[in-house]
Amino acid sequence: MDYLIHFILSFITTACFGVIFNAPIKAIPICGFVGSIGWMIYYTFMQQGMTEIQATFLAAFVVAIVAQVFARKFKTPMIVFNVSGIIPLVPGGIAYNTMRSIVELDYTRGIEFGMKAFMISGAIAMGLVFAEVIIQITYRLLNKGKTSMQSFARLKRHRTK
Amino acid sequence: MNNNEINYEMALDCLLLAGRIMIESGAETYRVEDTMLRMARSLEIEDAQSYVTPTGIILSLGRRQKNKITSISNRITDLHKIALVNSVSRKLTTKIITLEQAFEELVKIQKTNYFLPITIQVLAAAAASGALSILFGGRWSDVPATFVAGAVGFLVVTILQEQTKVKFFSEFLAALFVGLVAQFALKFHLGTEIDKIIIGGVMPLVPGLLITNAVRDLMAGHFTSGISRGAEAFLTAFAIGSGIALVFGL
Repeated sequence: MDYLIHFILSFITTACFGVIFNAPIKAIPICGFVGSIGWMIYYTFMQQGMTEIQATFLAAFVVAIVAQVFARKFKTPMIVFNVSGIIPLVPGGIAYNTMRSIVELDYTRGIEFGMKAFMISGAIAMGLVFAEVIIQITYRLLNKGKTSMQSFARLKRHRTK
Repeated sequence: MNNNEINYEMALDCLLLAGRIMIESGAETYRVEDTMLRMARSLEIEDAQSYVTPTGIILSLGRRQKNKITSISNRITDLHKIALVNSVSRKLTTKIITLEQAFEELVKIQKTNYFLPITIQVLAAAAASGALSILFGGRWSDVPATFVAGAVGFLVVTILQEQTKVKFFSEFLAALFVGLVAQFALKFHLGTEIDKIIIGGVMPLVPGLLITNAVRDLMAGHFTSGISRGAEAFLTAFAIGSGIALVFGL
């Protein structure tokens, strides 16, 4: 039940951010879907007792992979899907706590929260970049494999003739 | 074969316009360079070079050709325009349209405003704020207050941005209004946790895209772009933080 509520709410959040960032109207429901996949992964790993940074990294990684798949399918730039997809992962609450601690002159806690926010946004970017690189390598290998397999098959056919 | 002679002047304008629209709509630096060079190669201009930063683009089409610079002063997030420029470049590289047609389409894209009506955007911001406050562990009883806070914050930032064109100022005041709404909600017992209401309310203003784009530019080796985007993100975060801080200080 908890998971269902989170799925629906993260869908709403991401789709609404799609509207704010002016994604093409056809892409908005897909944006919502990408975002809720990312959030469900984050939420599940957080329930398992992982740290926020690890969970954020994994979620961003999956968001980028799903976004890449949809981008290739709909021939739309990948940024349309992953920008709103990562919004629920952005450490807004921690950034807020940073500012609040600093205002209340509790600098030690402020630095602590600030470092955490920095690490989490770094984890989001790392997840996105890693996924992109891995997908590029995979596609290249797949294409090469296909062509070399075909050329190999052709060679074989010629030889048997 | 006079038809094959390349119209360098128009190619220069066309490529630069494509890059400009993409940067103004918040595309990543490496994607802008990639798009411009791909279009150049499809026009059989082999030695084109570009230098893209968030504040300007330098483009050269080769040793014997002219160079051109464009300076860019305002950047927003407009994914629709990025997608449209992308499809124009795709059509140009597969030779479905000519250079002249591509240029016309780009001019049209630059002039048109593709944003949905402001009421829909404000409602979307409000709904996103409400949903996020639950996702971040808030209570259902705080959702109406967060909804209002998100709507007020987004409305203020949009109106002031149009009027003053100073991003720092409009974000500061928007965050201030979010904080005030949250305090009023608390005072009249419409909300319980001021933290969750404020976090939900400022999320539509938070520069999430800027931060991640900054780190990605850095990782792609575009250090100038990465640092300047990071500075922009830091300024926005600072504006929001000081707006909220003022509310707590009152």
